[in-house]
Parts: sequence; structure tokens; C-alpha cells
Amino acid sequence: MSQPDFSHDGIRTARGKAFRYLFMLCALLSILTTVAIILTLLVDAVDFFAEISLVEFLTGTRWSPTNEPVAFGVLPLISGTLVITVGSALVALPIGLLTAIYLSEYASERRRAYLKPALEVLAGVPTVVYGYFALVYVTPALDTFLPLSTFNALSASIMVGIMIIPMVSSISEDAMSAVPDSLRQASYGLGATKFTVSTSVVVPAAVSGIFSSFILALSRAIGETMIVAIAAGQTPRLVDVTDPAGLFLNSIQTMTAAMVQIGTGDIVGQGEAYKSLFAVGLTLFVITFAMNLVSELVASRYREEYR
Amino acid sequence: MTMSDEQLLSSDTESSDDQPAPTPGTDGLTDSTDIDTGERSATERTLLEARDLSVYYGKEQALDSVDIEIPEKQVTAVIGPSGCGKSTFLRSINRMNDLVDAAHVDGELVFDGKNVYDDDVDPVALRRKIGMVFQKPNPFPKSIRDNVAYGLRVQGKDDGDVDEKVHTALERAALLDEVEAQLDSSGLDLSGGQQQRLCIARAIAPDPDVILMDEPASALDPVATSKIEDLIEELAEEYTVVIVTHNMQQAARISDKTAVFLTGGELVEFDDTDKIFENPEHDRVEDYITGKFG
Repeated sequence: MSQPDFSHDGIRTARGKAFRYLFMLCALLSILTTVAIILTLLVDAVDFFAEISLVEFLTGTRWSPTNEPVAFGVLPLISGTLVITVGSALVALPIGLLTAIYLSEYASERRRAYLKPALEVLAGVPTVVYGYFALVYVTPALDTFLPLSTFNALSASIMVGIMIIPMVSSISEDAMSAVPDSLRQASYGLGATKFTVSTSVVVPAAVSGIFSSFILALSRAIGETMIVAIAAGQTPRLVDVTDPAGLFLNSIQTMTAAMVQIGTGDIVGQGEAYKSLFAVGLTLFVITFAMNLVSELVASRYREEYR
Repeated sequence: MTMSDEQLLSSDTESSDDQPAPTPGTDGLTDSTDIDTGERSATERTLLEARDLSVYYGKEQALDSVDIEIPEKQVTAVIGPSGCGKSTFLRSINRMNDLVDAAHVDGELVFDGKNVYDDDVDPVALRRKIGMVFQKPNPFPKSIRDNVAYGLRVQGKDDGDVDEKVHTALERAALLDEVEAQLDSSGLDLSGGQQQRLCIARAIAPDPDVILMDEPASALDPVATSKIEDLIEELAEEYTVVIVTHNMQQAARISDKTAVFLTGGELVEFDDTDKIFENPEHDRVEDYITGKFG
């Protein structure tokens, strides 16, 4: 009997290698794109900061890139973004968390099978639809009892909040479902109600996942563009802490909306106004990047180990 | 059959020291031939009684018309092969089966004169009278102190000196000496056996009437198991203990009464532990106990 043939097959080996490089290329592609985007941002932003000082940009309280007298103070834009973020957080974090508790602890198997995908559909609605919904329905509805401007931060932040609810509820629910059933049983066995089980065992045990969902959702709110560009208006306005209500009721401008305005406006050539787009973009990137870092740090610190 | 025959059968406690029939007292356990049945039976009063109790999961019957009278302040062991319904029976006592959507119960489970399946019974209130210890130690990811105090807080019994109650419970669970210096560290940092004693402390802290134990030592090593067994015998001085175990030696060592469930959720025999292990009425029970079946 002849020995079995275990020798190398050249074609098979070559094909294996080819696939390996193909997969690696795909993985590298997204990293390269990210690096390229950051570099572009940096290069153009550096160009911008050669003309407008970083201090002036970061501390200036007036944003007027095209209308004389031009000013490039980013604070009004940051405060606009902050208003939207805080407003949407007020809507999305409690509702999202309570939804997650309902889905994970209260809803029957059958109901959850319907509700969870339905919620995730909400995340699939194009944001431009949310934007027009805010402008055409939410603002007029709120206008019946609030002194609202046509463009205002309130309906935009409510809409952004609704948009990020599924993000909070879905990720939080995953974290809660991952809490071992043995902990629930222990709590029920001690005579706890469902509410106590949820709040004293499940939520604390899932806190790192819940926190991550909050940060991800807030990052999304910070970067949200379409809804705010359509419904919140284009009025750079610095936060007036003495009149927070006025801020929500009136038109504001977020960093993203300012970038849209610059990017789609009639700005010609490579002037300061055009380059300011990259400076704002870089600012936005730094903020969301910092948030993701904080999220990672806090999540790993509070990660509850359970067996 | 003789008791040393039994000890040849599978047993958590004896498997690791390579002695097929350990001499009495080597591991600090009571010799199984000399269990203290009778000592406590003087005050025998029925605390828990199942009447024609059946439990179904969907269409599958897990417990078949069980009638049993469990005496107060004794250790009642529930034994039987896998899937015989012994855990289902245990969980029907404090209505933990309510948490399973498809579970359905027929018949009565009378606790201290009250059918716990009556419409006016709130399982939350019931479970405050009946503590439970589970198969796998399941401390909360909280400090040792907060683990033990949890039941007190949940039940609103945290008015007085919680710390004192925590200490008492840990002492009764024979854990205080080992953890007194680290009450604020996580319960998860303890060893498996310590975790299980922590869970026992947690269960007894609110001072229930009954303690249900679902194979409490099956995930533990022999030394930890023997500690838990000693503890169970002590607990029976104050509490009614119902323990499910797959380990027949354990049942023989620690229990006063033994209930044998066999396939189909049927309670085949219930009697003094001595009687069950030395001279059971039913051949099927004898077959099971001697290892011919199950």
C-alpha cells in the first residue's frame, strides 16, 4: 500500500494567502480612511489657525464666518451643541433606560420579540425625516402653548432624543439581559418585588453597559446634523445661563449645522470661512473622541464581574 | 444492604480522599449510620403540607399529585434521579415557579395552615417567610455586608441595628470569623464554599421560618461541603430545612426525613431517613438507593 499524500498543494496554499491579504486589506481600509480623514482635518485646520489664533477661536463669543464683521469664536456653536445634547439626553436617557428595564425584566418573551425589533426600526428612520417631523409637526404642536420660534432648540432636541432612544434602550437591554438569572432568583427568593429586583440587582449589575449606551447615544446626539440643521435653525447663540428657557425656545446653531451652512453656502475659494469648516470639524472630533475615551475608562472601571 | 455499600456510591464528600469507605469522623462529619433522627422529632408538628400537588411546565407534567407532610424544625431531604421533579417541588413551596411563564400548579401547598396558592396570597410576602439557597452560590456583586443586609432592606427589616443583624447572620452561617475583617469587600472575592455560606447568611438574616436548599453543596469541594452539612444540622434547631440533593450519602448524613421522588414527578416514599435507607417499603426506592436505578 502506498503512503497517503500529505504534501503541499501549491494552488491551495496560494489561494489561502490571497484570501488572507484580501481580508486584511478590507480591515485596513477603514483604518486608513479614518487616518486620512483625521489628517485632512488637521492639515486644513492648521491652515486655518495660521490666520485665526487658536485662542481667538476657542474663546471668541461670536460666530460670523461670512457676514461682516467676520468673527470665528466657536463658543456659540459649542453651546448650541450642548443645548441639543442636554435636551436630547433629558428625553432619551430616562425613557431609554425605563424602556430597557421593561423589555428586559417586565415584558413577556412574546412581547419582547415584537417590541425590540420595532424599537430598532426607529433607529433606522433617516434623520432627515425626523428633522422635517420636528419642523412640521412638533414645533407647531408645542407652539400652541409655548412662545416658540419657527426654528428652535426644543423641538430639535426632543427629536434628537427620540432618535437616540433605541440606542440607549437596545444596548442597555443587552447589558441587563446578560445579568445572570441566578442573581434575580436570589433577590426574588428574599421576597423582593419585580421593581426591587430590577432596580437593586439588575440595573447595578448592568451599570457599565448602561453607561456605555448613554455615552454612545450622547456622542450620536453631538454629531447629529440633519435634525438640527432643519429644525434648530442657524443662529449662533451663546448659552445664557440666566435664561435657559429662552435658549430652548429660540433658534440656535450647532457645530454640525454651522459646518453644513459653510459647506453648502456660496463661499468661494479657500478663504477663512471655508477653512473654518475644518476647525469646527476638528473640534467636534476631539469632543466625541474624548467622550468615547471617558466611556471606555468608566465602563472598564465599573464593569461588574459576575459568574 | 449495609451502609458501607452506600458509601461506595458516588458522593461529593468522599470522592477526593481516595477512601472508598471512610471511617467515621475522619472528615468531621457525623457517621451516616448514626444520624440523629429522633432527637428533634419529639416536637413534631407539620409546617408544610402538599395536598395532591401537581406542577406542569406547558404540557409537561413535572410533579404528579404529591402528598407530603414536612415537620417543623427538622431537616427533610428530597432525593431522586435527575428530572424527577425534586427541584420543582422545592420551588413550588415558595412559588418560585411563578417566575416561569409556562408553569401551572394544581392542588394545595399548605404552609402553617394556609394554602399558598390561594388567590389572596402574595408570593412576595410568602418568600419573606421562606428563605432559599441555590445550587450555585449566587452572591450579589456587592459587599459582603450588603449581601447579608439585602434581605433585611428588601423586607423593611433594616430599622434597628443592621450591622448587628448582619454579624448574627454571618455567625450563624459559620462565616463570621473568616470575613469579619473584610465586610466591605465584594462577596465575589470569597471562595465557592464561603460564597455559599454567605448565601445561607443572606437567607437567614431576615429570620424566615423555612429554608429551602436546592443542592447547596453540589458545586463545592469536599471540605466546603462538610462545613455546609454541619451548618444545615445546626440550622434545623431554629428553622425548618428542606434540602434537595442528588447525593444520597448527604441525605443520609444530615436529614431526619427523606422523600424519594422517582421519574415523572411522583413521590414514591417519604419516611424517617433511617427507614428509607435501611428498609424502604418500595422495591423501586431500594433499587434507586442501592444504585440499581437512576
